[in-house]
Amino acid sequence: MTDTPLTTDQLSVTYTGDREIEAVKGVSIGFPANTLTTIIGPSGCGKSTLLKSLNRLHEIQENVTIDGDVLLSGDSVYNTDVPAPEIRKRIGYVPQTPTALPVSIYENVAYGLRIHGDYESKADLDEKVETYLRKVNLWDEVADRLDAPGAELSTGQIQRLCVARSLAVEPDVLLCDEVTSALDPVSAESVEKTLKRLKSEYTIILVTHSMAQARRLADEVVFLYLGEVIESNDVRSFFEDPQQERTKAFIGGPTPVNREDNATGPTTTPPTSAGGEGPAAGDDKQ
Amino acid sequence: MNRYMTQRLFGIAVRAAALLVVGVLLLVIGVTVARGGGVLLADPSIVFTPPGSRYMLEGTGGFLHAVLGSLFIVGPATVVSMVAAVSTAVYLQSDYSSRRFSDGVNMFLNVLWGTPPIVYGVFVLTIIIATGAQTSLFFGIIAIAIFQYPIMTRYTDEALRAAPETVRESTYGLGATRFESMRMTVRAAAPGVIAGLVMGFARGIGDAATVLFTTGRSTRMPGGLFEAATTLPVLIFDQAMSFNAEVRSHAYAAAFVLTSVVLGLILLSKLLAGRYARYTPGGNR
Repeated sequence: MTDTPLTTDQLSVTYTGDREIEAVKGVSIGFPANTLTTIIGPSGCGKSTLLKSLNRLHEIQENVTIDGDVLLSGDSVYNTDVPAPEIRKRIGYVPQTPTALPVSIYENVAYGLRIHGDYESKADLDEKVETYLRKVNLWDEVADRLDAPGAELSTGQIQRLCVARSLAVEPDVLLCDEVTSALDPVSAESVEKTLKRLKSEYTIILVTHSMAQARRLADEVVFLYLGEVIESNDVRSFFEDPQQERTKAFIGGPTPVNREDNATGPTTTPPTSAGGEGPAAGDDKQ
Repeated sequence: MNRYMTQRLFGIAVRAAALLVVGVLLLVIGVTVARGGGVLLADPSIVFTPPGSRYMLEGTGGFLHAVLGSLFIVGPATVVSMVAAVSTAVYLQSDYSSRRFSDGVNMFLNVLWGTPPIVYGVFVLTIIIATGAQTSLFFGIIAIAIFQYPIMTRYTDEALRAAPETVRESTYGLGATRFESMRMTVRAAAPGVIAGLVMGFARGIGDAATVLFTTGRSTRMPGGLFEAATTLPVLIFDQAMSFNAEVRSHAYAAAFVLTSVVLGLILLSKLLAGRYARYTPGGNR
């Protein structure tokens, strides 16, 4: 794999419904391997649209047109004969709302493996399901009730189940769309911990509107405003030495990043800001 | 009149209306249970006994022919209709059709739903005459299937629309094809789809007009797909018009059987829907 498995090349996304809106305007960025990149910006700035256009997920909606291209390990995502499902297998997606598929906990994780035929025997499937549930720290909580409906888990557990389900198809890149915004602070923290552990193994792109979350998790930060990339940098430079005026205005001036990168314990930040719902310092300035 | 007075008056009116509806319902069920139940308790075998040669005149034997006729007609009709209804409903979702197209089709289906069943009966009769065929079980199945189709399609369509969009998004995000994604959406909508199936069956088994002149109102046991047959609702109509008091009493017994079947089915669908509802997103709340 290259150092930047996923890059965009002058990517534009336009909604052509009742009103024509260019939600993403000629974005060219790269997402480095085995790092967590957060895309931040105010609501409605095109964060989710950009994310969904990376694996052609916006194509399931009506009235969307795309210009430019996305390159996955050098291969075009758009100008290709490869069917969209094959591309989405390589670029996984975790939705904003924690959603258990209407099957058992086991089958939720096995789903992707089953549709892609990525297992050799029942034993192999069992093993893979366990591996990925362990990866998101869910195995110990569900091992005795794998046949129970996924929907009966708590929302935080469901979101970790969603991450496990996406990891099970072994994507090169994992897209996460505000994955903690629908969660209570405690559940959000558990999902954050999971992402923190996974980011050394996977290329993760996380959309968030919480700058506190970006500070806690990100290695790289992309600031999107009205569909344009205003600034992108590593997390420390981005927050401590922002270059652009609009970035400074958005983050409320240079702010220190205090975190222990290799910490395994809970983050020191108060849990109230973990979900991005709470008014963490500087979050609401746009 | 002050605001609280208006509220109180409205409350009384609403309760009175509810009481009226429940009262009429209880009366219907009460009469059916009391009279039909009485006849059935006195001689339960009439449900399992084939009709005698002079059944409609003297009430000899039982009405097994109509019980079987109903099952043989409505069973296959429900299967045929369900396959068509689920396919149509799936096609009407955004993965396959534009919003405008599905709205148009839904309006058309609502008109079909509102069409009196006798019209379907006449329509199939026209086909029977045009093809020179005879009234039979087969044409009863066709007529009931056409009658059930809009009901089941609308139920299924509503259920699929109400299924969480995030299920669709999640499956696509995992690399599912349109077909695989839709299978999961149908599963998420299972309680609603089952409700549609049962409503279709219940409406089908209770309808007389569609089979009135398509199946032939036979008083013998159903002999084959292209032989004449009868169903419980048609039999009830014929029995109730009889001069013979015993035959008339059988009408209540048949009505009792019919009502029990429908009630049993609705309870079964509740049970099944409840089982599936545990799996649907939000099932833990």
